[in-house]
Amino acid sequence: MSELLQFLVSGVTVGAIYAAVALGFTMIYNASGVVNFAQGEFVVIGGLTAAFLIAMGVPVFLAAVLAVVAGTVVGILLYRLAIRPAREAPLVSLIIITIGASIFLRGAMQMVFDKQIHRYDGFSGETPLRFAGATILPQSLWIIFGSFAVFVFLAWFMSRTRAGRGIRATASNRLAAALVGINTRWAMNLSFALSAAVGALAGVLSTPVTFTSYDVGVLIALKGFSATMLGGVGSPQGALVGGLLIGLIESLTAGYISSDYKDAAAFIVILVVLFVRPEGLFGKKLTERV
Amino acid sequence: MSRLDIEDLGISFGGIKAVDGVTFSAGAGEVTSIIGPNGAGKTTLFNLVSGVYTADTGRVGIDGTDVTGKPPHLLARAGMARTFQNLQVFPQMTALDNVMTGCHMIERSNLLADLLGLPSSRRETAKSREAAREALRRAGLEKLAERPASELSYGQLKRLEIARALVTGCDILLLDEPAAGCNAVETREVDDLIHGIAQEGKAVVLIEHDMRLVMRISSHIVVLDQGRKIAEGRPDQIRNNPDVIAAYLGAHGAAEAEAANA
Amino acid sequence: MNPALRTFLILAALVVAGALIFPSSYYYRVGTLVWINTLAVTGIVVLLGYVGLVSLGHAGFFAIGAYATAILPSYGVPSVLAAILGAAGAGLLAAIVGRPILRLSGYYLAIATLGLGMLIWMVLSKEAWLTGGPDGMTVMGANARDLFKLVGLNLRSAESWYWVTGTFAVLGAVLAVNLGNSPWGRALRAIHDSDVAASSLGIDVAKAKSMAFTISAVYAAVAGALLALANGYITPEVGGFMHSVEMVTMAVLGGAASVFGALVGALILTALPQVLTVFADYEHMILGAVMVLTMILMRRGLVPALVDLAKRRRK
Repeated sequence: MSELLQFLVSGVTVGAIYAAVALGFTMIYNASGVVNFAQGEFVVIGGLTAAFLIAMGVPVFLAAVLAVVAGTVVGILLYRLAIRPAREAPLVSLIIITIGASIFLRGAMQMVFDKQIHRYDGFSGETPLRFAGATILPQSLWIIFGSFAVFVFLAWFMSRTRAGRGIRATASNRLAAALVGINTRWAMNLSFALSAAVGALAGVLSTPVTFTSYDVGVLIALKGFSATMLGGVGSPQGALVGGLLIGLIESLTAGYISSDYKDAAAFIVILVVLFVRPEGLFGKKLTERV
Repeated sequence: MSRLDIEDLGISFGGIKAVDGVTFSAGAGEVTSIIGPNGAGKTTLFNLVSGVYTADTGRVGIDGTDVTGKPPHLLARAGMARTFQNLQVFPQMTALDNVMTGCHMIERSNLLADLLGLPSSRRETAKSREAAREALRRAGLEKLAERPASELSYGQLKRLEIARALVTGCDILLLDEPAAGCNAVETREVDDLIHGIAQEGKAVVLIEHDMRLVMRISSHIVVLDQGRKIAEGRPDQIRNNPDVIAAYLGAHGAAEAEAANA
Repeated sequence: MNPALRTFLILAALVVAGALIFPSSYYYRVGTLVWINTLAVTGIVVLLGYVGLVSLGHAGFFAIGAYATAILPSYGVPSVLAAILGAAGAGLLAAIVGRPILRLSGYYLAIATLGLGMLIWMVLSKEAWLTGGPDGMTVMGANARDLFKLVGLNLRSAESWYWVTGTFAVLGAVLAVNLGNSPWGRALRAIHDSDVAASSLGIDVAKAKSMAFTISAVYAAVAGALLALANGYITPEVGGFMHSVEMVTMAVLGGAASVFGALVGALILTALPQVLTVFADYEHMILGAVMVLTMILMRRGLVPALVDLAKRRRK
């Protein structure tokens, strides 16, 4: 029983990270229709930047803030230098561009940082907390509550602020939004910035538990995709639920089946979703306009 | 004889009924026109009939067989072809290649023969090329056969789509604003082309804004407004139907219809 | 001239020209790699250039071909049959996985193949009893030299593999060009430009896409089998994500619409690391930058861009 509880705890922890990645991914998709294959790189940028700053003696919370800022800047640059110049490009070109950007960022991180695996101590120490026979790292609580806070913030931001409504209007009809005076270009910049910030924050929070290195971005992106597709493409609630489910499935696979193949769980989920229910748990069936 | 039977067809988008219980039939050798103001649901109706959208209610029948809910390529095999309001040509291909894609269903070729470039595959290509040239000639585009489709004018592309639909060997042809972007001379040519197609015994269903063209060539007119059918009949009946005049034609349209009459 | 014949003549001339100018075995080995990559990328041309679909897991199919050729001979299967079984297996897997995914938008194939490729790579790395694990395995079996000995030619091993892989690349290109100008090829190119119009003409879009996906998987697997045999040694990295990216980049750079694009892309990105010693350090950045910049500056790739330039000059 306590073993199961232990798996559930670690499943929710990694699931919260996937949920954050999926949220960032959903945000860009909803605003621009672009499926951003470079989403995982934001997580790595956040984690590696924080790791290096902390190793240099920068206080943890300052390092965390700087790492999120670094991720955000890269997100804006990605939009300005790679996505915007190719706007109105066919879907296949956009896939190639974001994949190219992801590989480029991977190489850049290898240059700027190194090829080692990195981690740093958790924000509230390393002493595990015990409850009901299971142990939980304090950092896991940071991750879970951090992801939940991000979700609440984004929900509030999108529905209650002027900027958030601008993004939603741009998402549903760019031309109409522009006609009623919304700065759609700014809205796109903002959605890439926010999405990158969320990814970088996930990296900063998760690195003490999951470790990070320059080349894990694609795998993280794949997990984020699985979460998004399981939850339903375009749905923020779906991203949250999908992320947690993928985390749980992965952790139970590692615990009961084979830890070698825990990463395979996400891929199996993708296939099952595509075979059985392509619109995911919360997504609507899409009707293409002709 | 009725080729295409539409019964109580409807679909909603986000709670709004874009097409609401529309019923009509299109007969062989006839031109059936769908008219109505912008946003009346005409193109949505076409997308329902041709299987691009799945209908919420109603049935579609071809030659008495129920084909409701069938995907577009199976409807095409049942004899239905269409053109598109917002043009769906293949811009990277030549005009001739565009039309040759319409021969897909009549080509008897398998993948292996195609890969190996066997004579059987080349023969099919040669046959398709002939058929496509003939269709281009009918549409008045034979001089543009080798030009990339991206270099053709809007009106020419409209006719290119008709040629492509024609070579499928269809019995039912759905035309979405074929005369849009055409000048007076070209409109006349489209008029003759459609007339000729109907003469062959095909059922033509036409969406068109050019009232002169509609009144001239239609055997039968269906009027839509806000997704509903508000009238149906011969051109002279529609022209004089007070509901239609009130709901749709308005003063300007009535005058135009009058002019076509004269 | 018939386009397939023209392709055959041009590529065959290039294979011969290479053999005429190469001074050492080293050059033959690089040439062999170029032809293997050309063959694999020709498969990408069918998928990406003809139909407009991206696969991010083609290295997985490549690896299936390579590992089948490496593993099966130790169970008594002759090398050639092993290679054929590998290609068939890759094609079968592509057909099974592709069908449900290809009913959906193009994004789904990219994501699903990304996952599939990683899964295959994972199996190759973890099942050490079968594959030798991350260290890779030696490939026993056929040597192309024996083939030439049969007709009385005594070639060095590197030379004989050069000729064999060159022959496969030429044949692969001819088949792809044949397909492009055939009824099914027109159907594929129609789907590239408009799914909706293609299906309105009676083309079963999901089936046609699945056919193209299967064909391109077979191309990758045959290329993988050739690499295993010519190299004599393989590691799971032939099935790694970066190898998938490399193939797509070659197609994108040269121009995915034609087999000549495949050749040019394969030539540049195979030769560059040999000439440029720092390439390995900057590999990720270079590949990534090539993908992004090509898509922004010359979306159709190098070959079409040069053809356009030549046309404009003549005018």
